[in-house]
Amino acid sequence: MAITEKRLEVLKTYKIYIGGQFPRTESGRYYVATNNKSEKLANVCLGSRKDFRDAVVAARGAFGGWSGRAAFNRGQILYRIAEMLEGRKAQFIDELMKQDANRAQAEKEVNLAIDRLIYYSGWCDKFQQISSAVNPVASSHFNFSSPEPMGVVAAIAPQNDSLIGLVSLIAPLIAGGNTCIVLASNAKPLCAVTFAEVLNSSDLPGGVVNILTGKVAELAPFFADHMDVNATVYCEPDAEIQKMIREKSSLNVKRVVLYDKVKWLTDAAQSPYFINDFQEIKTTWHPIENIGGAKAGY
Amino acid sequence: MIATKIIPDFSQPAHIDQVGIEERASRFTKRSIKNETKLNGLKLALNMIDLTTLEGKDTDGKVRQLCYKALHLHDAYPGLPTVAAICVYPSMVNVAKKALGDSGVKVAAVATAFPSGQAPRDVKIRDTKFAVQQGADEIDMVISRGKFLQGEYNFVFDEIATIKEACGDARLKVILETGELVTYDKVRKASDIAMYAGADFIKTSTGKISPAATMPVTLVMLEAIRDFYYKTGKRIAMKPAGGISKSKLALHYLVMLNEVLGEEWMNNHWFRFGASSLANDILMQLMKQRTGVYQSANYFSID
Repeated sequence: MAITEKRLEVLKTYKIYIGGQFPRTESGRYYVATNNKSEKLANVCLGSRKDFRDAVVAARGAFGGWSGRAAFNRGQILYRIAEMLEGRKAQFIDELMKQDANRAQAEKEVNLAIDRLIYYSGWCDKFQQISSAVNPVASSHFNFSSPEPMGVVAAIAPQNDSLIGLVSLIAPLIAGGNTCIVLASNAKPLCAVTFAEVLNSSDLPGGVVNILTGKVAELAPFFADHMDVNATVYCEPDAEIQKMIREKSSLNVKRVVLYDKVKWLTDAAQSPYFINDFQEIKTTWHPIENIGGAKAGY
Repeated sequence: MIATKIIPDFSQPAHIDQVGIEERASRFTKRSIKNETKLNGLKLALNMIDLTTLEGKDTDGKVRQLCYKALHLHDAYPGLPTVAAICVYPSMVNVAKKALGDSGVKVAAVATAFPSGQAPRDVKIRDTKFAVQQGADEIDMVISRGKFLQGEYNFVFDEIATIKEACGDARLKVILETGELVTYDKVRKASDIAMYAGADFIKTSTGKISPAATMPVTLVMLEAIRDFYYKTGKRIAMKPAGGISKSKLALHYLVMLNEVLGEEWMNNHWFRFGASSLANDILMQLMKQRTGVYQSANYFSID
């Protein structure tokens, strides 16, 4: 028998990313990701609230280690993520094109994603200086304020710009020492899962970034009301969901950040203020004697 | 006691089917539990906990704090049961006893040179008697694992019987330290020796050795209790300890208990969990059931 010319392709199973591992969703459910022409691209996990719960446990567990790392080391790891992404550029371009981008658009988005990681890699050990201050006080104290990561952030990534939106959310979050759970774009989930593979091969400790796929309407309430989450991010202009997130987030006074007006493909979508969005400012009063003859109370 | 005088020949090996036990134990983790049952199960598990602090650094304050926790598990949730007992070193029994008052929460003391058990017998007896005099309701003793592994079963048997005598009215828990016994055969044999020598409870571990309690080891011990009950008509209580920190696992243990020993054992007179962090996980689950919102450890007391 002659060897058949055409080889049967081995297709990737698109799984979710929790705690540095790639489980299938606990619920066993899936949905079919399609392109504009309704052609089937892949079966993708339809994540459940229990997947989210597990991801929060993983993120909380990873927070101490990640926030406790030297900021410079976090920068090195972000740079490493960019390196890994560069090495798999072709795959990302291919996936973006499957999801209806043309080649030029796809190349631009992937290049920008890599550059943005490098950008935030540089900021890891620098944003603290620009948002810290030594404060004048009317007593014998050395008084200073500096930013500290909030903790676990639950983010719902933009539905369009599926790669650059995801990267632009994750990079400032982890640059600032937070850990996160991100719900990928529902219509365009392919890049998010592949990006999880990049994260997994780049010295990023498991649990720092967790990526889920699924329905926004189903999962958003849990992103907002989980008591062990410190901030929620939402990127769409849907007023009803925004209101729901605000209401449920009030339960444990989560910070709610809405990025519904950000153009992810522009330079306006990157700045150290995106890091500051997920920092708490801690002010320390340190008792001292008068410095250099200066009296207290200037 | 007449029936229990028929003591088996401990020199004969106990044959436990390792593959069978592990497979059977894994089955208990696959039962579907409905919400209402889960809620009752969680409350029952909470009520079976021996809240434990066994550290070299324990202070009176730490023990008092733990006792307060035992009585006020989570005041935001009215109507919760208390835990079954507080488990401390003999030197802390007095403090715990005072702090708990007449609340009904028992005080258990580890004795007999816990956790190693490497001390002469008269020291162990004094250790036990001291704890009982201080007011301990229950004594957790450790067996001499070295002697047991050397095959000196009579030594171990006599030791348990002697300590039982020293306990007076206090209930005796015998810790086998299954992590050091290694095989299920030895766990079964140690369980039998302890029960025939007069133990009221058999307990898996000190919590100082890993592995501590596992489901298969607990299953071996539960089956030993069942067989002992069939032979002698005498009920023995069970206490897995160490390594049980999640409520889901605790529910698995309750399923196993119910299916091996039945409903008569499903209360804190006949079953205990030796744990410290389990209580908070159960409380978080109960609050989740009540509020519908996943909880954070930040909102629960540390000890």
